[in-house]
Amino acid sequence: MDKKTILNQTHRDMGARMVPFGGWDMPVHYGSQIDEHHAVRRDAGMFDVCHMTAVDLRGPGVREFLAWLLANDIGKLTTPGRALYSCMLFKNGCVIDDLIVYYMADDWYRMVVNAATTDKDIAWMEEQAEGHELNIQPRRDLGMIAVQGPNAREKSLPLLPDELRSQAAGLKPFSACSNDHWFVGRTGYTGEDGFEIILPKEQVVDLWQNLASAGVRPCGLGARDTLRLEAGMNLYGQDMDEDHTPLESGLAWTVSFTGLRDFIGRSSLVVQKNLGDIPRFTGLVLEGKGVLRSHQKLYEGEREVGEITSGGYSPTLEKSIGLARIAADAGDTLQVDIRGRKLPVTLVKPPFVRNGKPLI
Amino acid sequence: MSNIPENLKYTKSHEWVKDEGDGTVSIGISDHAQELLGDLVFVELPEAGASLSAGSECAVVESVKAASDVYSPVDGDVVEVNEELADTPENINQAPYDAWIFKVKLSDPSQLDGLLDAQAYQTIAEDD
Repeated sequence: MDKKTILNQTHRDMGARMVPFGGWDMPVHYGSQIDEHHAVRRDAGMFDVCHMTAVDLRGPGVREFLAWLLANDIGKLTTPGRALYSCMLFKNGCVIDDLIVYYMADDWYRMVVNAATTDKDIAWMEEQAEGHELNIQPRRDLGMIAVQGPNAREKSLPLLPDELRSQAAGLKPFSACSNDHWFVGRTGYTGEDGFEIILPKEQVVDLWQNLASAGVRPCGLGARDTLRLEAGMNLYGQDMDEDHTPLESGLAWTVSFTGLRDFIGRSSLVVQKNLGDIPRFTGLVLEGKGVLRSHQKLYEGEREVGEITSGGYSPTLEKSIGLARIAADAGDTLQVDIRGRKLPVTLVKPPFVRNGKPLI
Repeated sequence: MSNIPENLKYTKSHEWVKDEGDGTVSIGISDHAQELLGDLVFVELPEAGASLSAGSECAVVESVKAASDVYSPVDGDVVEVNEELADTPENINQAPYDAWIFKVKLSDPSQLDGLLDAQAYQTIAEDD
């Protein structure tokens, strides 16, 4: 039986088509996935992300712990409220999960992790936390709504608690503020401006309905996927996983080797770098008709050189785009095998779209 | 509930079949099928002249979500394909029973009797 978020009945009432996703019963769209996609690029849309988990880490040892736990350097966060995107790695350098961590106070960091990976993430963190002075608390009492799009902040601000509103209005990108109950981050997974709002579960339905009344369009996981793909953002389980390191997943920019900081997985990544021949991670555009899909194989002439990790249709570009992992020595003239036919693809550097504008 | 016109025949794999009365049939996908697929973005048409056998894969409809095969409901030769769909696959979402995908000249007109009527198809669509 799939788990349900607090918004489950609300989605059904609003005409959502529900699908199983990572153990959850979630809306894939409310009629047209493409219209929802455009609403986020052009105006404002919202996503139920209550299936994701906020995890609070509290205690005097938390910063030192995160410096060891995460591949990105928590030391980059010098001002409370700032956020960092990072992978959490096994000792062999492969990815357990990707996450956002917000520095709220010297003894309080809040992390948001993926839904399907929550249990293994918590188990891993608890194991690594031994000997560190901190407490790890998954906040199952909280829910989360992402409001995204050029008009998302303007439409959400009036619905925030009074004492949080002016602070939220002044947030810089990749920052957050909170009172005792609500938390607002200027972050997202669409390549557009907006907020991710974390609040007590029992207030989530009210906020959702008020946002809808304010003209924010409910959007399903379908649009969330095409938006993040256009924005060139990786999806855990497809673009990186327990069999791949960040260095071969287009995430080298999130790994900080600066200074002497040791972190879990560092020595394995250093070995991988020294050995060389690291597979390339690239964006793809299909110039002709058809749709790129994950697991389609890529060829350079007769030689198979890799496969697509995420693929789909880009409503903004009106053509198919994808992300792919290919051999280090593969050239730039590749074909994709779609149902036995080889079609040319163009290699591009993601993102494909940001802030409503095509970049390729 | 999806729309299932009485004057058409159907298959378990969600194609509709319209008897054109001249030994040919038009074939498309049902309203229920387009609803399941979501926004269509690409249609791979069969070749005109191709010889099809009932149950064989002969076209592909791709939505933002997934690719789905279209199966020929009957034996016969493709006499016409709807080229318009190459540029406007969304016609299938907007009017699934107007947006025929291909037309087939029947090898054996009695095969039509073996297809599902609207009522039988409704039962299948409801269980889906």
